[in-house]
Amino acid sequence: MKQKQLTTQHLHWLLASLLVVVLLHSVNLPLWITLVAVAFGIWRYMLNKKQWALPKMHILAPVMLMICIGLLFSFGNNFGRDASVSLFIIMTAMKLLETKTLRDYMLVISIAYFAVASMFIFSQSASTFLLSLIPITLLTTTLIQISLPQTISRIYSLKLAVKLLLQSVPLMLVLFVLFPRLPGPIWGISKDAYSGMTGLNDSIELGDVSNLIQNSSVAFRVQFDGAIPPRNMLYWRGPVLSQQQNNKWLAANDNSQAKQASLEPIGAKINYTMTLEPHNRLWLLLLDMPTTIPKIATLKQAYSAVAKEPIRTRIRYQAVSSLQYILDKTLDTSESKIALDIDAKSNPKSFKLASNWSHLPPEEIISKALQMFNQQTFIYTLRPPRLSNSAIDDFLFNTKKGFCEHYATSFVYLMRAAGMPARIVTGYQGGEVNPNGNYLIVRQSDAHAWAEVWLKNKGWVRIDPTAAVAPERIELGIDQAVTEVDALPIFVRPGAQWLKNAYFNWDNINNNWNQWVLGYDNQRQLDFLQKISGKDLSMTDIAIWMIAIMLMTMLIMAAFLLNKASRELNPVQRAYAKHIKQLEKYGIFKNPSEGALDFAHRVVNIIPEQATNILEIATLYNALQYNKTKVDKQNLQLLKDRIRDFKPARHD
Amino acid sequence: MLKVRQRLYKKIKQRLQSLIRVAKSVDNIATLNARQIYILPSRWSIFYILMLIALLIGAINYTLSLAYFVLFLLASLAHTAMLHTWRNLAYLQISVIGAKPVFVGDVIEVSLEIKELKNRDRHAIHIYFADNPAITYSIQANQSIRLALPLITSQRGYLRIPRIKTYTEYPLSLFHAWSNVDSVFECLVYPKPSQEKKPMPSTVDTNRKGNDAAYQGDEDFIGHKTYQIGDLPSKVDWKASSRGIGMYSKKYAGEASKSIFLDWAHTTGDKETRISQLTRWVIDAHAAKIKYGLKLGGGLDFAPNNTEAHYHHCLAALATL
Repeated sequence: MKQKQLTTQHLHWLLASLLVVVLLHSVNLPLWITLVAVAFGIWRYMLNKKQWALPKMHILAPVMLMICIGLLFSFGNNFGRDASVSLFIIMTAMKLLETKTLRDYMLVISIAYFAVASMFIFSQSASTFLLSLIPITLLTTTLIQISLPQTISRIYSLKLAVKLLLQSVPLMLVLFVLFPRLPGPIWGISKDAYSGMTGLNDSIELGDVSNLIQNSSVAFRVQFDGAIPPRNMLYWRGPVLSQQQNNKWLAANDNSQAKQASLEPIGAKINYTMTLEPHNRLWLLLLDMPTTIPKIATLKQAYSAVAKEPIRTRIRYQAVSSLQYILDKTLDTSESKIALDIDAKSNPKSFKLASNWSHLPPEEIISKALQMFNQQTFIYTLRPPRLSNSAIDDFLFNTKKGFCEHYATSFVYLMRAAGMPARIVTGYQGGEVNPNGNYLIVRQSDAHAWAEVWLKNKGWVRIDPTAAVAPERIELGIDQAVTEVDALPIFVRPGAQWLKNAYFNWDNINNNWNQWVLGYDNQRQLDFLQKISGKDLSMTDIAIWMIAIMLMTMLIMAAFLLNKASRELNPVQRAYAKHIKQLEKYGIFKNPSEGALDFAHRVVNIIPEQATNILEIATLYNALQYNKTKVDKQNLQLLKDRIRDFKPARHD
Repeated sequence: MLKVRQRLYKKIKQRLQSLIRVAKSVDNIATLNARQIYILPSRWSIFYILMLIALLIGAINYTLSLAYFVLFLLASLAHTAMLHTWRNLAYLQISVIGAKPVFVGDVIEVSLEIKELKNRDRHAIHIYFADNPAITYSIQANQSIRLALPLITSQRGYLRIPRIKTYTEYPLSLFHAWSNVDSVFECLVYPKPSQEKKPMPSTVDTNRKGNDAAYQGDEDFIGHKTYQIGDLPSKVDWKASSRGIGMYSKKYAGEASKSIFLDWAHTTGDKETRISQLTRWVIDAHAAKIKYGLKLGGGLDFAPNNTEAHYHHCLAALATL
């Protein structure tokens, strides 16, 4: 077996499909990477056009060195996801310069398939998936082209590629559903692999949450079993911050695992399913207050739920919450010490103000503070002025402009100064109902901070000081609370209803896509398969089932493709079959062994008046079917016309 | 040591060969059916397989659902390609039609007819005789085509054609499907003519009168005859032909009436050299349009003649001596 000679057309197919791969990657990678990759392609194209020899190592080595320096310059020592994909793309493009034999082609095409799949590290959206099908089809067409010694029509090979891919879909689906999903990762993943993920921080330093508010990406989606509760009850609990460090508030060191918070739910329970977007942190957001938490979660002291590993893939979990509850009827000394601990010197004016309230009953202290927010000229804004070192003093007595975290922090500070245990809760508030899918979308822009105050017999009570200033933030959402529209991402701005509608439809598709395609991990696979089989399945069971069903599908596909004879007729045969049918109507049947001309002569004996027509059809058929190098379009059309016009007179 | 190993390899290879099912021709017609077609991943599919493994590791590591999706699509694509490769070769009918004899060392072109029986177009099928160059063909649904398959000859006599090997990797080059056909067809290979320019013996046909030497037959012009392809240009009467009423060759007395005998006894050397020498003479005599006979002894004698059939009879006799 000699190495096959590959022609210019083969090369052009390869270059074209690689170009598509590189262009699809261009959105994720530095521009120069794309340019260099395309330049390699053009270089290879020119070499072929001018029939020059492929470059030798002494030319390629310095080029490679320059690229490595470029990569070092672009990514520094942060050699992670972006850098590796960039290097991979460049190497693939460079490999083109030594690609000439069938072996090289097979290598480059295989690498290119891999490059297509590597796009999903950056985005797994439905549109990325659809786009990825283009290079996959083109690469498959290239494979077909190089398998043929002489070049064949582009359309034919493209059609064949699509046909092969479509015929592969059944087996692919079987594998997708049944192939046991192993929980990753196998090895450590570079840090920047998750750089795109946003979410709540585990601390507040005045100014943090507003960064999230500028971000309209989806934080999570919620499907309620019953009706969606009213908006002002939708507080999604995240990290609870109770430790002050100057202007920074942190979660308390959770070393008191011993005492679990006690929760007494009151009233109806709400069942819901969350689909949480990856945010690379531990928080599992739950509706205040969760009575049943998902298996993967553990509760921290202040009743915020965390996972064992940072959430790096989209996860789904079910939970039950109660909107009314009593949390921690009693507070032990260590807890109240944490909840009262403030630095009096950090904001002396505020501390002094609140200390004056300490003789009042607790409810009055709360209303005093809220009244202050309400009656003085406090303004809700996403662009607060810069604050001095005594941030709370500056905010309360000077600027009076801020958003949820300013109000929550100052409120908690005031409460603690007045001798009441209090803490900051961060999370999300509200959400947007998607009328097309009847679920709730909660965005990063719905991020919120509020306060909890401990009252005797009532436990921790939620107080949202932002509501005192901008009640519409809670009732209607952030787009109604903010006046400076351009600070908000487009989907959160008021108006633009058509845009919102379009978005809701798209989000609905995305939601299904996320749940059924992207979120199909080992947990969901187990759930899904247990649901249809009605049994507890182990990984081994799934593997056995997969092999069995896979073999069955393969057999079915084999039977379908390898059946004794293809029933597909070519256009000539199809036209002639029509002619035979026409004659059958007149009671003339063709023997299978009879040749077209023999049959025609027999027909002519029965319908002599149509002799010319019948003989012409038979002759044309024979000419087209048996003497062809390729089907002659003109004659085929003639055959079709003759058969269409053929109307034998009824003979009685 | 090396020899032992080589012998071992050879033995293993032979064993394996004997295990492989081969399509046997009946009346020189063989159909490649399911039992005779073998299929394995092709040589360069190793890259594709490695790519699939890398993709699997990537998909697990980054928990990328879509990478799984593409992985399974490409794995299924390989399976689909396997079925297509198999069916590209299956149910082709290969018939050995015949072969025109050639001289040893020349390439004999064995004429094959390939028939498509399953109403589907076939592409890029390679066919060759074991250890011989391959040719590649495509065939359309329900068609039959003729191929002249080259076979290098190295021995005179009847040559049983070696195993016909056919394979295809269409459509994706990921799988290699092959099949072998054994046929009892034999083709004739004439001996290699000697390169030595020994003068032809002038043994006169003793049955004839007169003592004309072999090369003296074109002395006496006796008239014209219509030109026939093959007539020597020197014998064409260009003057007569230029009158525009057809081509004429000159006819000489003595032509076709003189004849020689090519005798085994006139040759020297070992058997092969002698055969080679006789072959050379037969060719030369035939080209010179001399009536020649052949005496090989042992009852294998051919009376002088110079027809095409006689020529081939003589060469066949020499080939099979």
